[in-house]
Amino acid sequence: MSEPLIEIKDLAFSYSARPILKSVNMTMSRGKVIAIMGGSGSGKTTLLRLIGGEVKPTAGCVKVAGQVVHKLGRNDLFRLRRKMGMLFQFGALFTDLSVFDNVAFQMREHTNLPESMIRDLVLMKLHAVGLRGAYHLMPAELSGGMARRVALARSIALDPMLIMYDEPFTGLDPISLSVIGSLIRRLTDALGMTSIVVTHDVQESLKIVDYVYFLADGVITAHGTPAEVKESVTPFVHQFVHGEEDGPVPFHYPAEMYQEDLRLETHFA
Amino acid sequence: MPKRIITSIQAIGHRVIDGIWRLGCAARFFVLVLLKSMTSFLRFTLVIREIYFVGVLSLIIILVSGLFVGMVLGLQGYETLQKYGSESAVGTLVALSLVRELGPVMSALLFASRAGSAITAEIGLMKATEQLSAMGMMAVDPIARIVAPRFWAGVISMPLLAAMFSVMGVFGGYLVAVVFIGVDEGSFWSSMQNAVDFRYDIVNGVIKSCFFGVAVTAIAVFEGFDAPPTAEGVSGATTRTVVTSALAILGLDFVLTSFMFRGVD
Repeated sequence: MSEPLIEIKDLAFSYSARPILKSVNMTMSRGKVIAIMGGSGSGKTTLLRLIGGEVKPTAGCVKVAGQVVHKLGRNDLFRLRRKMGMLFQFGALFTDLSVFDNVAFQMREHTNLPESMIRDLVLMKLHAVGLRGAYHLMPAELSGGMARRVALARSIALDPMLIMYDEPFTGLDPISLSVIGSLIRRLTDALGMTSIVVTHDVQESLKIVDYVYFLADGVITAHGTPAEVKESVTPFVHQFVHGEEDGPVPFHYPAEMYQEDLRLETHFA
Repeated sequence: MPKRIITSIQAIGHRVIDGIWRLGCAARFFVLVLLKSMTSFLRFTLVIREIYFVGVLSLIIILVSGLFVGMVLGLQGYETLQKYGSESAVGTLVALSLVRELGPVMSALLFASRAGSAITAEIGLMKATEQLSAMGMMAVDPIARIVAPRFWAGVISMPLLAAMFSVMGVFGGYLVAVVFIGVDEGSFWSSMQNAVDFRYDIVNGVIKSCFFGVAVTAIAVFEGFDAPPTAEGVSGATTRTVVTSALAILGLDFVLTSFMFRGVD
């Protein structure tokens, strides 16, 4: 078995005194699509930021391709990031650049390729996401789904070994949602890269991923293949996969006793 | 009551400490911008593009304001000077007021409102929409690629805009004094030529505007980069850019003037 692309060991992270991740352990193999699921504020995006080296862990470590990310110097970190792509929640396209220039951005920054070759490569990347005809548009002229497809084309510009998707399905109509889902799967297989998808969208993501991790209370509470997850009887996973209102994640935010809050006892005493 | 006093003293203390902390952050950021400026000089097209946005697009407001300020100076100068029979000195008054003070100061204030606020809003919005994070994740340093070119564009544009403001002001003074009122054209220009010294007046004015350019753009890029990534945060940062820049310009102007013009030759 080949060496895993990402190894996360006893990872902990806090914002000021508030712990976000307590002790996370994960292993991600090359060439797979891996989903990280969990409620809002469970630390999924923070986990991606730790993998990308945007923030440093308070304990533990993240190893990407054998390198401990938080111990890398700035130049080594940037060298590693050239092999990574990240798709932000709403695309994060550069609003002052056209679709073409957005996709060409990294090629112009990091390579000395002639402009004619950059043009061909950009059109190929845009063709892969079905937007070759939109190369001349500005980001403001794109729909949410199109913007995310352009951002996807931009993130595969330098053929990375790893792409991280932060909530790629949020706010999309069913057609765009399914297009983005199948693109993630197809591009991962075609380019031989690894994809990490942070998402809430259980139904769409279970169709395309190879493995799922559930994150809650700062730890991995469950993991498995989509088939295992669907059959799981673990209360949290069951509640999450079936979207049940109440369960280990309570409907009510912690509060005082309802009767006490309404002062029923005082009134009727 | 004593508790309330303690709380207010604590609040003042917090504000002072926060202010000093922010000043430290701004100083570190400024040094970082200078250290990462090499890309701006190696790829000067990045700076030229920004000069268009902060300099060329500010020309209209600078030129029109310069013209009106010069016209008002001409009117007011003539009004006072003619009482003493020295209306021919109106050229001197217009030119010296403009190149020493009004040119650099007024153009810097206008530049802060027009270009400084735009720089802050642009960088703040790029941060709020995760464009800066996306750039960082693409292994491109946002300070080198986004901040430094805007900073240098501001520093280069400011003295040029101030010079154009002064030129338009002198023209405005000429229009009012010579064309409309009828002051002798020869004495208007010759009194100006005699009184204005290139090194003492013009060079000092240019030096002032260079300082203002550094101050305004440094404040604008810092406020944008430091803005909380929300609509409210960006709007607050834009306001702070205009207010802080105005105070910095006026404060710096006093300090520079006291060093430059001592009233002796």
